[in-house]
Amino acid sequence: MVSVEIDGKKVEAEQGSMIIEVADANGITIPRFCYHKKLSIAANCRMCLVEVDGVKKPLPACATPISDGMVVKTQSDFAQQSQKSVMEFLLINHPLDCPICDQGGECELQDVALEYGNDVSRFSEKKRAVVDEDLGPLIETEMTRCIHCTRCVRFGREVAGIRELGAVGRGEHMEISTFIEQSVDSEVSGNIIDLCPVGALTAKPSRYQARSWEMAQRDSVSPHDCIGANLHVHTLRNRVIRVVPKDNEAVNEVWLADRDRYSYEALEKSERLLKPMLKHNGEWKEVDWETALERTASKLNMTVQTDGAEQVAAIAHPSSTTEEMYLLQKVMRGLGSNNIDHRLRVTDFDWQKFEPLHPELGVDLSDLENLDACLLIGANLRKEQPLASLRVRKATRYGDIASISLYPVYHNFDLKHEIITDAETWLGQLAGITKYLYQHQNDSAKAQWADAMDLEGLEKLLEPITIRDEHREIAEMLLKGEKSSIILGASALEFSYAGHIRLLAKAIANLSGSSYGFFPMGGNSVGAYLAGAIPHRGPAGADVEQDGQHAKDLFEHGKQAYVLLKTEPGKESVIADKARESLENADFVVSMTCHADDEAFEYADVILPVASFLETSGSYVNVNGAWQDFAAAVNAPGEAKPAWKVLRVLGNLLNLKNFDYVSAEDVRKEVKGRLSAVGDRIKPKWQCPESLPRDGFSPRPTNMYQIDGWLRRAPSLQDTALAKGREILKRPRLSPFHNIVGGV
Amino acid sequence: MTDSSAKTLQDLLSGKGIEQVDVWVGKYPEERKRAAIIPIMSIVQEEYGYLTQELMDAVADYLTCPKIAAYEVATFYSMFRLKKAGKYVISLCTNVSCMLAGSGDIQKWFKDELGIEPGETTEDGVFTLKEVECMAACGGAPMLEVDKKYHENLDVDKVANLIRELK
Repeated sequence: MVSVEIDGKKVEAEQGSMIIEVADANGITIPRFCYHKKLSIAANCRMCLVEVDGVKKPLPACATPISDGMVVKTQSDFAQQSQKSVMEFLLINHPLDCPICDQGGECELQDVALEYGNDVSRFSEKKRAVVDEDLGPLIETEMTRCIHCTRCVRFGREVAGIRELGAVGRGEHMEISTFIEQSVDSEVSGNIIDLCPVGALTAKPSRYQARSWEMAQRDSVSPHDCIGANLHVHTLRNRVIRVVPKDNEAVNEVWLADRDRYSYEALEKSERLLKPMLKHNGEWKEVDWETALERTASKLNMTVQTDGAEQVAAIAHPSSTTEEMYLLQKVMRGLGSNNIDHRLRVTDFDWQKFEPLHPELGVDLSDLENLDACLLIGANLRKEQPLASLRVRKATRYGDIASISLYPVYHNFDLKHEIITDAETWLGQLAGITKYLYQHQNDSAKAQWADAMDLEGLEKLLEPITIRDEHREIAEMLLKGEKSSIILGASALEFSYAGHIRLLAKAIANLSGSSYGFFPMGGNSVGAYLAGAIPHRGPAGADVEQDGQHAKDLFEHGKQAYVLLKTEPGKESVIADKARESLENADFVVSMTCHADDEAFEYADVILPVASFLETSGSYVNVNGAWQDFAAAVNAPGEAKPAWKVLRVLGNLLNLKNFDYVSAEDVRKEVKGRLSAVGDRIKPKWQCPESLPRDGFSPRPTNMYQIDGWLRRAPSLQDTALAKGREILKRPRLSPFHNIVGGV
Repeated sequence: MTDSSAKTLQDLLSGKGIEQVDVWVGKYPEERKRAAIIPIMSIVQEEYGYLTQELMDAVADYLTCPKIAAYEVATFYSMFRLKKAGKYVISLCTNVSCMLAGSGDIQKWFKDELGIEPGETTEDGVFTLKEVECMAACGGAPMLEVDKKYHENLDVDKVANLIRELK
């Protein structure tokens, strides 16, 4: 620690930090354009010039490390004069089109110009004009406004791991460009809009929709993956205009994936269902809520009475809120049925009774970037949890990543070891690593695991396995790493022997001293487990008398009545065709949906309009078990109601007990109350598989913009190369010099 | 969009060219071989006269660096050409020393006699004029360079003679 003085204030700071960091930490504002705390230092805008005692020239605060006893003046005449001169230079070419610029009102250049700019420019030369780029459907450009801070270029190189934009030409002719006609296809591309300090890059879907000062800001949470990215939702007159990230270092840092940012479009741009609909003699007609819900209640009651409660099934999309899932399971269990599930894409349920209380990652999201070693199994993080992928990319600064997958995956980070295997030998590959680790443990280390693991069984299982070089290398990598982690992704969880993969992965984790976990599918699978939207456990892991049937069984052995919550199984289920067939053959299907073009119109009997994720209050629990609750940002259109309210009324109509909630918070309190009583009742168990079958199969992965109803209906996202599968897959390796901030 | 159909640098360059390229690549550690991008582009330009997108892409792929990085380098340095040039490329210095010594007259001569301004090529495709910054021959100002040869202490007549000879 050294002590410096900034603007007369004595402060202590870490040796080696830059003046601007110290100033920021102490609430002293220094104007800047190119500096960004998450990007490397470029020092090319020169806006942050300050005066340092004993130095004759002004110094850029972003690139000047502090030293003991340094006296910095950010407001002295000398500093201000320097800053004003830089501002004058920046404004030589920057157009004064603020009135028609979308950035107007929230523009860093505008703000700084107000303070440091002159009223009249001394330059009468023509301003330069730059031909615009077409960067695709998400990002609008006005490159004449660009001040060449290169934040967007550095973001691609350092954070996203794909260089699409560059600085082409030099001097007066320098332009930020893709050079060839090409869209920006990164799955996190929208972040360059936030980074751009001027109006050169703005959000295309919300262009000219509202002025920044007119909008209200509400907070929410993204439902598209289990990271639970924090959102600022900007609204105007009950319309969502745009979504921007809310800083949360523990979750999304300052970033958002494009699907978190642009999925709001579906709220208005899709055909919304505005009234409850009832099928009467094969014709759909609009009815009031009372009629629709009474029909639903009486049909469900009737099915229970004539066919038994086990003929009623409920499927919730994993992006439903915890409260909705809790009430849905409460309705189902009130009817006497445990047939409730949200795991639409799981095919292997054999080991579910050994699962922990809820899916978990085993390592904090924010710690992903500090891993020394990480083995990814069947994970395509960039497509599944884009923000986690950015963290893992940071881990490659000092750590090593290995991957075992069924098909080539183009990560945005370098892999130390990679095995591309097939469904037949996948388990064998994991067993090879397990065996190497097992053989290299001494007896005392083994004894440590004797209680938790069936070592004899394991030894027998591994007997016929040959250890190959790549198994040894990966195992050594994990052993070497102080902080190491085994992480399973979607294709491991969707695999028909997912249970085997999980057991072997857990064995590898135990034997190598690594943490173990996985990214469950959907935004709120953790919440679903806690709320009891699973057939084998009630809320908070409560025992159930008899296990209900899981999602796959519910569709494979058709049921008489289905309750669907925000899901279109014909598009989302891993056995989509079979699901659709069962729904068509069912006697009664009720679907709670947001969309008037829901596939439910083909097979349902009652369709209830519910509020979307930005129109309801509720909570999501992320993969680290963090509860994040939110209120509605806007009201639902038409007669659509938040699903928790619909389920509450349904519970009352079915004469079920304790359905008198006043708010989503009441429901949440009830779930949390039950959780406080869990204790250590639920203990995950490790069971040795008896064999390593070779007849596994893996379903085709879903496109990252197809996983839920909102994404499927967000027009701009659907227009991207990623949605159309036309992205350039192969990513060239980036220079090891400076491709990641803080890298060596 | 995949680039399986794209030609590799081996397809595009002569055997000798690739040999030269590999000499440069060999000078750098494997994971930092992109450092050789400038000499390699020079070799490619030597063979083709100028750099097309296909050629830049091939260089980028050969060095496993992002394509945009190749475009950046090619557009930054004035010795790389992105358009077909004349048989002779004339680099005229207009920096301070040359300017004081009369490079403006020479530039005007090119405009009057050959009808080309900096960046342009004569209609018969023989001469391309480029305006360049100091080439470290201020002692012989004004100067210009044709291909790799310097011509110093010039005046309009000398330039006229030189052009006549080249023709």
